[in-house]
Amino acid sequence: MKIAVLSGKGGTGKTLISVNLAASAKESIYIDCDVEEPNGHLFFKPENIQSEEISIKVPTVDEKLCNGCRKCIDFCKFNALAYIINKPKVFNEVCHSCGGCVLFCPEKALSEKEIIIGEIQSGISENVAVLTGILNAGEKSGIPIIKKLLKDTHENKFTFIDCPPGSACIVMDSIKDADYCILVAEPTLFGVHNLNMVYELVKLFNKPHGAVLNKCMEGENPSEKFCLEKDIKIIGKIPFEQELGTLNSKALVLVRQNNKYRDMFSSLLQIVTKEVQI
Amino acid sequence: MKIAIPVNDKSMEASVCDSFGRTPYYLIYDTESNESVFLDNSAVASQGGAGIKAAQTVVDNKVNALLTPRCGENAAEVIKAANIQLYKTINDSLKDNIDAFNEGKLSLLEEIHAGFHGHGGR
Repeated sequence: MKIAVLSGKGGTGKTLISVNLAASAKESIYIDCDVEEPNGHLFFKPENIQSEEISIKVPTVDEKLCNGCRKCIDFCKFNALAYIINKPKVFNEVCHSCGGCVLFCPEKALSEKEIIIGEIQSGISENVAVLTGILNAGEKSGIPIIKKLLKDTHENKFTFIDCPPGSACIVMDSIKDADYCILVAEPTLFGVHNLNMVYELVKLFNKPHGAVLNKCMEGENPSEKFCLEKDIKIIGKIPFEQELGTLNSKALVLVRQNNKYRDMFSSLLQIVTKEVQI
Repeated sequence: MKIAIPVNDKSMEASVCDSFGRTPYYLIYDTESNESVFLDNSAVASQGGAGIKAAQTVVDNKVNALLTPRCGENAAEVIKAANIQLYKTINDSLKDNIDAFNEGKLSLLEEIHAGFHGHGGR
């Protein structure tokens, strides 16, 4: 069972919710897909860490073999190649690693080389297997890391996917195989705008989904109003309180510290499990 | 000397386009013969890498200088690799910029932006 946790902006509570849901399950996998700034590991402090480098393939040119036919340049719809003063030039960060230019080169002047863009760290934190995707600073896209992170997940285990913020390609890849999406929302007008972004995304992908309202306070909650208007099921509410904030700011897993929070997330996990089985 | 300028229309009265990679047309202008040719920018609707493709068009037309208000880093890399001088336009008038170029009054474009790459800038 794969459950993705997403929101339209950072700091909404994706990590709080995915970390604590994963810790509430008897046995689970937590996957941090926020590869530009992964932070779930700060809470889990996993042990026995194994690292695996992630690389992508980009073309490289043997200038002696190139006859200037430009088949590679015409083929590349991402325009990752240019032909300047009798030699092709490759823009690695524009390349999508499709390998087409190498296939089309009649002179075999192009070949593929691997460049490392980041790594995946896996470790154990009590009942949770923790997988962390890390994109190296300056790299343009973390999607190859996310594809690899989500490739080897077990179907029969609870898997929680902590998504990157927003609704761009990198989030689409993170939720692609999810059985259920949890939309995390803040109780502000800006929060509604961000909630709508991810709501439109999960609708587009036809994913079963529900909302968790985070940082709930007394008075009107614009995100709650939005959920009622759009008929989005509210599966949980998390209060805006100092005790929770203090534990979280100390990078502690709430459910491992306090029975009140254990009960809160256990019942949220039950609701999510039921929703997935419907 | 041959120069290229991104323009919004196929006319000498057209304004200079704010974008190099996504401009609809280019003016290729010969400062000796005063000959002008307008080219369609095939990169205008590119999914990505518009700057690279647009720069390729400029390079293939064997110009000596490019006059543009702005230029992204990938396009600038292509332009510079082809030894084309990169100048900053002074306003949106084609005539003013050609005159300024002829009088040696244009300065080099030093500020290269990181490109927008489909995300509306950062």
